[in-house]
Amino acid sequence: MIHSVIKNSVKVALPIVASVLFVACGGNDNPPPLASYEIEVVNATNNQPLSPVAVISHSDNYSAWQIGRAASVALENLAEGGSNSELAASLSGNTEFVSGSGAIGPASSETMTITASSASQTQLTLVTMLVNTNDAFAGLRSIDVSALAVGDTIILNANVYDAGSELNSESAGSIPGPADGGEGFNAGRTDINNVVRYHGGVVTADDGLTSSVLNQSHRFDNPGMMVTITRI
Amino acid sequence: MKKLALTAALTASLGSAPVFAQDLSITVTNLTHGMAFTPILVAAHDATGNLFDIGQPASANLQAMAEGGALTGLETDLDGISATHTNTGAPLMAGDDVTATLNTDATPTNTKLSVVSMLLPTNDGFMGLDAMDIPTTTGTYHYYINAYDAGTEANDELLNPGAGGAPGVAGIPGDPGGLAGSGGTGGAAGTDSNTTIHIHRGALGDDQPAAGNSDLDNTVHRWLNPVARVTITVN
Repeated sequence: MIHSVIKNSVKVALPIVASVLFVACGGNDNPPPLASYEIEVVNATNNQPLSPVAVISHSDNYSAWQIGRAASVALENLAEGGSNSELAASLSGNTEFVSGSGAIGPASSETMTITASSASQTQLTLVTMLVNTNDAFAGLRSIDVSALAVGDTIILNANVYDAGSELNSESAGSIPGPADGGEGFNAGRTDINNVVRYHGGVVTADDGLTSSVLNQSHRFDNPGMMVTITRI
Repeated sequence: MKKLALTAALTASLGSAPVFAQDLSITVTNLTHGMAFTPILVAAHDATGNLFDIGQPASANLQAMAEGGALTGLETDLDGISATHTNTGAPLMAGDDVTATLNTDATPTNTKLSVVSMLLPTNDGFMGLDAMDIPTTTGTYHYYINAYDAGTEANDELLNPGAGGAPGVAGIPGDPGGLAGSGGTGGAAGTDSNTTIHIHRGALGDDQPAAGNSDLDNTVHRWLNPVARVTITVN
């Protein structure tokens, strides 16, 4: 019985869709609907609050970072100090930007919505700092969401990168998160290798770095956050 | 057999060129914070052999690769199964990438891809992709690779330049990044309780450049998986 009801409703719906399409074609000036996405971010770490998440809708002409290349100053601001306003200001042209409302603590999540502002924005990038580190960030770069139909969901794990812009000293005064309350952004490039790559994890004072202000609770592994993207 | 026949039929119906023959570009990216890869072996081979198995002891030739970066033994093994292989010829530093090409037009049964290289500085750590099915549809594919412990040498984390690369000789044969220390006692090392290939438990290192348990620097020579990205472009 239920099966036949569904069949009937499909039959009824089809003519309506066809007539809408016809009207759209006839007008010839209605832009295609732009995609909106609901994005849920879950902090997967033990004790690393995540800075307000930056969500960017963009075309394939934009890349927020690349393994083996130096981080932009805008990304450095986010990775060292947790500020995403510089990244937002660095965007030009064909992009949309949404910021999370605040830091996301361990065991917490936030749901955001972003709407593409042009049909060529087929990709999403998300980035957030692990604030009890020198310059670690979790991110998803240039995820192609163009194949998602309304209602489709993808779930992705975001690994943790090292921005390569600040030495991982873990020393007092160098980490902006609650574990230290130290310095955020500093324009100096002091890491052993001034390029973005994956993070090796924090050592902490409990595991052999006696000068570290961090303790065992701040250690992390991949992934740092889990992201659910639903086209709405 | 049934599955193979089905795939072949599908490929043929799509109008592709010779079945399974491939023109491949393979890019390896070193994702680690501060580890180097020795020259990387990249091989397409058939299903009659493979380079390593988790939970099984390393072959002598895999041991030579994992302890010293030597590839000649594994290359001889691959020649024995008519594999198509190459190696990248130089160390690959953290954050860098290198591209190798393979063409299996003359050896269309070589449908599996293996990629291995040693992580330096480690005693017997390596990154590896083992006998993965090569995609048959034109496109670009990304794979993320973990670090393994060959299970053949104690992780004493002490530099023993050159000599430490010989199978069975203790110590780390080199440090291309130049940030390792010296004067470690090896005090944190135990013999490998697991003498089979397993996911590497990571390096300890210490914060004393000229003393302590380890010659490795705990803020430089630690890593989390994955350690490499392999991007395959099927042309």
